[in-house]
Amino acid sequence: MFAVRNALRLGSRLFIPAVTRRGCAGAAIPIDDVVNGLTEEQIQLRQTVRKFFVEKLAPHADEIDKKNEFPGMRDFWIEMGTMGLLGVTAPVECGGTGLGYLDHIIVMEELSRVSAAVGLSYGAHSNLCVNQLVRHANEKQKEKYMTKLLTGEHVGALAMSEPNAGSDVVSMKLRAKKEGDYYVLNGNKFWITNGPDADVLIVYAKTDPEAYQKGITAFIVEKGTPGFSTAQKLDKLGMRGSSTCELIFEDCKIPAENILGPLNKGVYVMMSGLDLERLVLASGPIGIMQAVLDAAIPYLHVREAFGQKIGHFQLMQGKMADMYTRLSACRQYLYSVARACDRGHFSAKDCAGVILYCAENATQVALDGIQCLGEFSHVDYS
Amino acid sequence: MSGRVLVGVKRVIDYAVKIRVKPDNTGVVTDGVKHSMNPFCEIAVEEAVKLKEKKLIKEVVAVSCGPQQSQETIRTALAMGADRGIHVDVSGKDYENLGPLQVSKILAALAKQEDAQLILLGKQAIDDDCNQTGQMTAALLDWPQGTFASEVSLEGDKINLVREIDGGLEHIKINTPAVITADLRLNTPRYATLPNIMKAKKKKIVTVKPADLGVDVTSRLEVLKVEEPPQRQAGRV
Repeated sequence: MFAVRNALRLGSRLFIPAVTRRGCAGAAIPIDDVVNGLTEEQIQLRQTVRKFFVEKLAPHADEIDKKNEFPGMRDFWIEMGTMGLLGVTAPVECGGTGLGYLDHIIVMEELSRVSAAVGLSYGAHSNLCVNQLVRHANEKQKEKYMTKLLTGEHVGALAMSEPNAGSDVVSMKLRAKKEGDYYVLNGNKFWITNGPDADVLIVYAKTDPEAYQKGITAFIVEKGTPGFSTAQKLDKLGMRGSSTCELIFEDCKIPAENILGPLNKGVYVMMSGLDLERLVLASGPIGIMQAVLDAAIPYLHVREAFGQKIGHFQLMQGKMADMYTRLSACRQYLYSVARACDRGHFSAKDCAGVILYCAENATQVALDGIQCLGEFSHVDYS
Repeated sequence: MSGRVLVGVKRVIDYAVKIRVKPDNTGVVTDGVKHSMNPFCEIAVEEAVKLKEKKLIKEVVAVSCGPQQSQETIRTALAMGADRGIHVDVSGKDYENLGPLQVSKILAALAKQEDAQLILLGKQAIDDDCNQTGQMTAALLDWPQGTFASEVSLEGDKINLVREIDGGLEHIKINTPAVITADLRLNTPRYATLPNIMKAKKKKIVTVKPADLGVDVTSRLEVLKVEEPPQRQAGRV
């Protein structure tokens, strides 16, 4: 049994920190999806995407983080497109997979577990861009833009934040002035995930600055449109590998037919989109917490000090319990809110609550994980 | 040759899991442990689906013997492209004692019942490493066997096969109906895409009992003890 199993394991190129590989504790920490209330199909979904991400992405995750670059991104996007992962919530008629928000969360969770940075780019593409198009694009726009976004030939993004408008996003200054059949855009956007790579972007601009929040309109912008350019890719502390940059609009003419949703009603498109964005992106921290457990728990069973495995010491056991229970509680909150959304019940308060709770807990779990791994948490694993 | 292919898929402990022996030494811990389709069975499913895509066979039927959870393994085969599934329900003590001899009797009975032209299996399961089921099934049916296959091609009503053997590669030609067991290099199994997983939900899985097939699953073997291999000692230079 052991010979064949070892051959298969070595051949699998599983990404495991060298420390745990030595201890031969390569298995990831199992997830109890019965407790999580997942259906059989969702359990199968998790297993399928986990296998796909471990085999296709995990070998590159380390380098992506180090270099803040994902050279294989476009190929990986196409592979995800073939798997049907880029349009989880898009209807089958558009070429999507026709599943729900909880299914989308499961996919993003497992992706973030392998590489949180790629997970973020995936979330920006599949939820911020694709899902907004699903919800607001008219037939002509869907026909024009959806297919390539779903096959992975095109990368999607969404731009609302500006250098001086983050929390107060409604005070954005990007101006869209009507000129005949076009709107001329002038200004910038900042902190835009997938900015450097995106072929299709949803951009929010002020069509009526006097009307404050009632003067915002959403536009679909294509890469290569004259007057639209991207500036420096940001060198971030975390989520390295998810390219983020500034967008520059200089007399950029966008046809009026590219308005997404109603004119001057963009704030509703934006705010309702934000609820779902928070919901789905909360799976990022969940994946991160799971990854911390995957790394830390086996290590505690292997590392010895004072004559025993450090996992026997109460402080380490306390940390294991804290990490596990935080993750479990976050999961239940997220999955419950997702199920409600899938039933058509959207609670803005809970969507915001979920990402607040998951993100804060992920930071805490990561800190606990660092304590468990000791000095090994500080070094380069490759 | 066109017709029906039976593919055997076994639910085993996932290859990446660290195996632990039960404290009472009666077996290994399976509760709460991640299970998946035996890797060689995945390769067998892939080969069957490829034959169907080349229109050389008409239907792929996935078979698994085991408890209720074996249906998950059949679902994976359906998501990879199998057309329907047969779950032979064996659970409890019978399942713990289920081995190649009983499974091959079940497969032989199903092959006759389903009028199968070809049986595709993995060369062995990664939990017991028996490497017997394919061979026994062929013997029970009195069919030719092509084991450790690394290349399979159909030529009329015959099959050209390349086998991986100790001395190298052996090229043989066998008649159909036949039993083929898949080795590692036969192909690279595809991922089940989400749309295919959705489609697989509509495919049928039928449950039968071994008794329905006239098979007695009582084991002639008794497991006395299961223990870890001895710890590796340091070498000497």
